[in-house]
Amino acid sequence: MKKEKNLNPKKTKKNKTGRQIMSVTVFFTCLFLALAGYITHYSVTHQQELINNSYNGRQQMLLAQNRRGSILSADGEILAKTVENEDGEEVREYPYGNLFSHVVGYSVNGRLGVEAQANYYLINSNAPLSQKASLDVNNEKYPGDNVFTTLDVELQQVASTALGVYKGAIIVTEPSTGKILAMVSKPDFNPEEIEAIWDELIADDDSSILLNRATQGLYPPGSTFKIVTALEYVRQNPDTFGNYNYQCNGAITRGEDRIQCYHGSVHNSVGFTRSFAKSCNTSFANIGLSLNRENFASTLDQLLFNRELSLSMPYSQSNVDVSEDTSESDMMQVSIGQGTTSITPMHLNMITCAIANNGTLMKPYVVEHVENCAGSTIKSFEPSVYKTMLSEEEAAIMRDLMTNVVTGGTASRLDGLSYTAAGKTGSAEYGTVKGDSHAWFTGFAPAENPEVCVTIIIEGAGAGGDYAVPIAKRIFDAYFGV
Amino acid sequence: MELYISEFSKYVIALLIALYTFESFLVFRFKDEKKRSAGYMRQTIFMFALHFSCFIVICFETGDIAFLFFYAFQQIVLYATAMLFRLLYPASNRLLVNNFCTLLSIGFVMLTRLSYKMAVKQFIIATGSLVIALIIPFFVHKFKFLKNLQWIYALVGMAALGIVLILGQTTHGSKLSYSIAGITFQPSEFVKIIFVFYIASALYKASGFFEIFTTAVVAGVHVVILVCSKDLGSALIFFVVYVLMVYIASGKIRYLFAGLLGGSTAAYIAFTVFSHVQVRVQAWKDPWSVIDSAGYQITQSLFAISSGGWFGLGLYKGTPDSIPFVEADFIFSAIAEELGIIFAVCLILICVSSFIMMMNISAHLKDKFYQLTAFGLGVTYIFQIFLTIGGGTKFIPLTGVTLPLVSYGGSSVLTTLILFSVTEGLFMIRGEEETIERQKRKEKKRKMRKKQKALQKLAEAERMIRDEEGEEFESEED
Repeated sequence: MKKEKNLNPKKTKKNKTGRQIMSVTVFFTCLFLALAGYITHYSVTHQQELINNSYNGRQQMLLAQNRRGSILSADGEILAKTVENEDGEEVREYPYGNLFSHVVGYSVNGRLGVEAQANYYLINSNAPLSQKASLDVNNEKYPGDNVFTTLDVELQQVASTALGVYKGAIIVTEPSTGKILAMVSKPDFNPEEIEAIWDELIADDDSSILLNRATQGLYPPGSTFKIVTALEYVRQNPDTFGNYNYQCNGAITRGEDRIQCYHGSVHNSVGFTRSFAKSCNTSFANIGLSLNRENFASTLDQLLFNRELSLSMPYSQSNVDVSEDTSESDMMQVSIGQGTTSITPMHLNMITCAIANNGTLMKPYVVEHVENCAGSTIKSFEPSVYKTMLSEEEAAIMRDLMTNVVTGGTASRLDGLSYTAAGKTGSAEYGTVKGDSHAWFTGFAPAENPEVCVTIIIEGAGAGGDYAVPIAKRIFDAYFGV
Repeated sequence: MELYISEFSKYVIALLIALYTFESFLVFRFKDEKKRSAGYMRQTIFMFALHFSCFIVICFETGDIAFLFFYAFQQIVLYATAMLFRLLYPASNRLLVNNFCTLLSIGFVMLTRLSYKMAVKQFIIATGSLVIALIIPFFVHKFKFLKNLQWIYALVGMAALGIVLILGQTTHGSKLSYSIAGITFQPSEFVKIIFVFYIASALYKASGFFEIFTTAVVAGVHVVILVCSKDLGSALIFFVVYVLMVYIASGKIRYLFAGLLGGSTAAYIAFTVFSHVQVRVQAWKDPWSVIDSAGYQITQSLFAISSGGWFGLGLYKGTPDSIPFVEADFIFSAIAEELGIIFAVCLILICVSSFIMMMNISAHLKDKFYQLTAFGLGVTYIFQIFLTIGGGTKFIPLTGVTLPLVSYGGSSVLTTLILFSVTEGLFMIRGEEETIERQKRKEKKRKMRKKQKALQKLAEAERMIRDEEGEEFESEED
């Protein structure tokens, strides 16, 4: 008996050490599994991003091996391709010249547009092995993969022509998928000449030709911002917003600050819908003053103001400043999209798309799929939900308000056509000279079942209803084949 | 034709290493080495097939058939090693032998691709090291006095590191090595093993406060010398090995926590005091902001691991030479680029399986000294791998240690082979212990049975006597 008692603790001690050794073993094994998982995940997810880094010599390696692939429109028109010139040098050709300057971009000097975004695919080659083998025999380069975009050549042409010599931007998108059908920014340039004009462009600090105004241009939203103000009013007064009424006598004053309606109009007695349709500044300043600022700030956050966007192209961040400390004067300015508020056409288009698509914003994208030279799909990009910006009910209310802008408001040039349309105009004042304004329009068609969204800004043109709406009409006409 | 071969070989190479790795975990199903032998056989086949296919690709890509001669030499040496190990030590563990041969062959392939000169040098050193490795298990097995050399280990270790600090050559900002008769040594490599022996011999009898205190002082001296030599990776290895060995020797988790707490404090102090530590941490946190200076190596390494994909670009198809010191500190990244992520992950798993085997050997050893030694060596091995792979992939800050057996570096190869062969010696001791244990048990059983029989006889006799007496009583009562 005595002997057994002695044996037992010794035995458990032995086992205890064994267990401790095993626990160290398990710890390190788990650590290495985590490491292996991390390496796998990192290498797979960062492949493209890292190959585009200018410090990565593998780009040169790939370019020495493959000829850069082509960029094509949705229906297969070539937008960019690499050919050999008489001297046997590779040159990049852009058959449409200036037309796609910002959206397709250029492949040199740091790259821009799809050329930058899809660089990884363009410099890689997934040509069939048999073809590669026969090219090897002739000592020729492999053809890089071809990138198909969502772009529509006809819409792009119409948009570009309509904008004419004005500076500005136009974005045409499909709200149900997020596809970018056209994206124009002017002034533009010919990507084939980019190396020749580069030094001049860089030397000139005032030149903004390389800026893609559609995604990087920050403008005061003007009356288009009333979409946001109206949405917030509906949110804060879900049952009573229809009863809103205001007596507009052309101006509203709070202390020193005075807000006037555009071009001195007087709207008399206006309800909520009519305030929006007629774009009554005084009524919206009045609405803005009634809003709970904290809730307004959270709506702005939800609508992606002051936030980074998940876009695969360079963009600027929209700014708006609303907090509990915002003064009454600033609130009046914010409500009508003036003051320090600024927005990119892309961002406004995204908000419009969310309204058109029952509150759900689809992620905007321009690269549709990638094919190898034999036409097999290497990779395709599916539409994906970006986020829910507003509820279905709110979206329906907003669509109704925007339809009224066409049927009885500032966008009446879109009324009575073979298709219905909805939207919001804006005439955003800028600079110190009274009356200088950017013409805005953002909207969609058909009004009841939106298929296409258009956002237009024309710098310094004047009233949105007079200058931007007719361009929208030409784009809608082209889209519906009228 | 070349294209088809290089494309096809990618999949073959990935498949072979995957099969090999699979087998190296499958052997753990069986407790008995004999039952494992079929798996070991398959491993050997996969290993040689892998090595051969890699060299075929090298020949095709370079167009130089002469590489096959180099391959033949490697093959002979590795095959001879595996054979001799089995012949000399029938009781050795073949997983460890297979694994170190495979790791060496992967190293040869990658070094041949990166620099033929280095590969030849590495091959010569490895051959010499393998000869040494062949004798070591015998010594470990026979020399029981290794337990008692506690202070010799401590003094040799500190002296070797100290000499480097004072007289050593500075390579890339760190004092790592000194040359004797034209051969450059990196003592911190060898001292790792001596250090494990020191801790094991100091703590196997007792691990009270006194023992732990004295070992802490000695370990501290090692670490401080290394930090002063700017060899942060080795310093970290010594520290972790020390803390974990104390934990296993004492069985008390509080020493583990105390060690970690002390370590974190020391690391923080090092971070605030030494600018080269700050540079490392900065390069780890955001290498992209210092891409043309401190972050250059790590970002180039990240480019490499991210460009290979699952099956790699193929040997000679990538640009691993863009990473400075790729053959020593970043060979893992070169492997990931050209042989692919699958290969790289398998490589990690092969190392892990070696580690699990070492820990398994340690856990089953009865003698505390040997148990601690096996444990310490296993931790030394795996933690170094963690530092080099984790550092090269931005998992942890970069410390600049080699990937054992794969990286270029004579001291590293020799040390790791010694480490493996010492473990082999310990494995044989464990086998002996088991045999003795079994005999003892048998003996005990036999004795017990004898005793029981005797007792039974005695009891019977007693009963008989009692019965007789009882009868007598009964009759008396009557």
